[in-house]
Amino acid sequence: MSATSATDARTPSGSSAAGPILTVSSLSAKIKGQQVVEEVSFEVPATGVTALLGRNGVGKTSTIKAILGLIDRRGRVEFAGERIDGLPTFRIVQRGVGYVPEDREVFAGLTVAENLRLAERGGRPGARRALVDELFPDLVQRAQQSAGSLSGGQQQMVSLGRALVNENRLLLVDEPTKGLAPLIVQDVADALERAAQTVPILLVEQNLQVVRQLADTVVVIEAGRVVHRGLAAEFLDDEALVTRLLGVHAEADAPDAHPDDQNGGTR
Amino acid sequence: MSTVILLLITGLGLGALYFLVASGLSLIYGLMGVLNFAHGSFLTLGAFAGFELTRRLGGDRWEVFLASLVLGAAVGAAFAALTELLLIRRLYERHIEQALVTVGLSLATVALFEGIWGTDPIYVTAPDWLGGTTSILGATIPNNRFVLIIAAVLVLVGIVAFLRFTRFGLIIRAGVENRSMVTALGIDVRKAFTVVFAIGGAAAGLGGVLASHYFGYVSAHLGGSLLIFAFIVTVIGGLGSLAGAAIASVAVAVLQQFANYYWGVGDLVVVLMLAGVLLLRPSGILGKKVHA
Repeated sequence: MSATSATDARTPSGSSAAGPILTVSSLSAKIKGQQVVEEVSFEVPATGVTALLGRNGVGKTSTIKAILGLIDRRGRVEFAGERIDGLPTFRIVQRGVGYVPEDREVFAGLTVAENLRLAERGGRPGARRALVDELFPDLVQRAQQSAGSLSGGQQQMVSLGRALVNENRLLLVDEPTKGLAPLIVQDVADALERAAQTVPILLVEQNLQVVRQLADTVVVIEAGRVVHRGLAAEFLDDEALVTRLLGVHAEADAPDAHPDDQNGGTR
Repeated sequence: MSTVILLLITGLGLGALYFLVASGLSLIYGLMGVLNFAHGSFLTLGAFAGFELTRRLGGDRWEVFLASLVLGAAVGAAFAALTELLLIRRLYERHIEQALVTVGLSLATVALFEGIWGTDPIYVTAPDWLGGTTSILGATIPNNRFVLIIAAVLVLVGIVAFLRFTRFGLIIRAGVENRSMVTALGIDVRKAFTVVFAIGGAAAGLGGVLASHYFGYVSAHLGGSLLIFAFIVTVIGGLGSLAGAAIASVAVAVLQQFANYYWGVGDLVVVLMLAGVLLLRPSGILGKKVHA
C-alpha cells in the first residue's frame, strides 16, 4: 500500500515514519451464527482518514464492531503495535479509541452535558473539551436538554462530541452523515476534517463526496472480504471501478446512497 | 372513616415494604436484564441479622433498633454484592442460566436459614413506641407503619439522588438505556452491576428488618412471600423504572388492603391488576419501550 504518500501532504507535523496505528489480519466475525465478516485484512495508517467502503450489508459496520469487540470475533487486531483482539471493549476504548456508532446511539434519557460527561474517560474532564465546544456551539447552548429531544443532526454532534472529547489515538466513525440534511452533512464532514488533523480516522461512509473530502486511502469490502485497497483519489476517479464495487457513480449524489440500511444486520 | 384511614396507612406501610424489595429488582433488571429470584433471601438474611443484634443487645432500646436497621442493610448489601461477583458475573449475558442460579440460591438459602434458625416464626422485640399505636381521626394505627413509610421515602430519595448526582448513577442510567454503548465509551460496566446489586441488597436488607416488625416475626420464608408481590409491582411499574416501582408499590398494596378487608380477595385483585396492566400496557406504567 502506498498510503504514506497521500498522508504526508495532509499532515505537515509529519509522523510518516510511524507504522500503521491499526492492523487487522484475517478478522472474522459472526452475529447469531451468521458469518458477517470473513478473513478481512487491512491497515489504518497513523495519520489521515481511511475510508472503509462497500455496498450495503457487506459487513462494514460489523468490521468496526468486531475491531471493538462488540461482537464475537476471530483473527488478529493490533492497535499501536499491541494485540487487542482478546480484550473486552472497554479496555480497547481506554487505550485511546473513540467510537461514533452507526445510528448515533446517544443516551436519549440523559442530557447533552451528561452524554459528554459520561464519555470523558476516567471521569476526568476531557482533554479536548474546548475543541468540542468550539466545533459544536449548539451543544453548549443545549447542554441541559435531553439528548432524545434533539434533531438527528444535533444527536450526531453529541455522538461525535463523545468521541472527540478525549485525547484519542484512533477514531472509528460509522456512517456519520447517514440520514442528515445536506447542510448538516457538510458540518459533520468539516468537523471530521478538523479532527483528522490530530487523530487518524477509520471512516465508514456512503456519501462519496464526503469520502472525497476526507479520505486519503480506501479499503473496499465485498461480502465480508477486502476486494480493493488504495489511494482515495485514484479510486474515486476510476468510475468503472467505483460502479463495479459500490454500485454507484462517484460523482452522483446518489439518492440510494442512504437507504434505511440493513448494514451488516448489526444488532 | 376510621377503617378507611387504617386501611390506607397500613396499605402505605405494606407498599413501602414492597418498594424496598422492588426498587432493587427493578434496577437490577433494568441494567442487567437479570430476574433476581434470590432477592427475597437478601431480605430474609437482613431480617435475621437484625433479629440477632436485637436479641443480644435488647430490642426495646431505640439505638439498638436503629443499629439493627443499619446492620440489616449492610448484610443485605454484602450478600447481594457477593451473589453478583461469585454467581451472576460468571453467567454474563446468559439470562436463563442467571435466573436459574438465583432460583437455586433462594431455595438453598431458605433451607440454610431453616437449618440455622428453625422452621417456626421467631417473634421480635421492638422499642415500646414501635409496638404501640397512634390514633388518627379515630383510627388506631400501629406505629411501625409510619417508620416503614418514612424509611421507604428516604430510600427512594437516596437512590434517586445517587442516580442523579454521582458518576456511578450516570453510568447506571445510561446502562439501563444502552449497555453496550456504555462499554464502547471505555467504561467497565461490570462495576456498576456490583454497585446496583449492593444498593438493591441494602434496600432489601433494610426492608427485612422492617418487615419483621410489620409482621411481628422473622422466618426463613419472610423474603419469599414478599418477593412474589415485589415482582408483580416491578412488572406493573415497568421493569427498570424506579418511579414506576414506587407508584405501583403504593397502588398495589393499598388496593390489596381494601380488597382484603371488604371482600377478602386482596391477592386475586393484585393478580387481576397485573393481568390488566400486561394487556393494556405491556411495558408497565413507566416502563421503557422494549427494544432488541
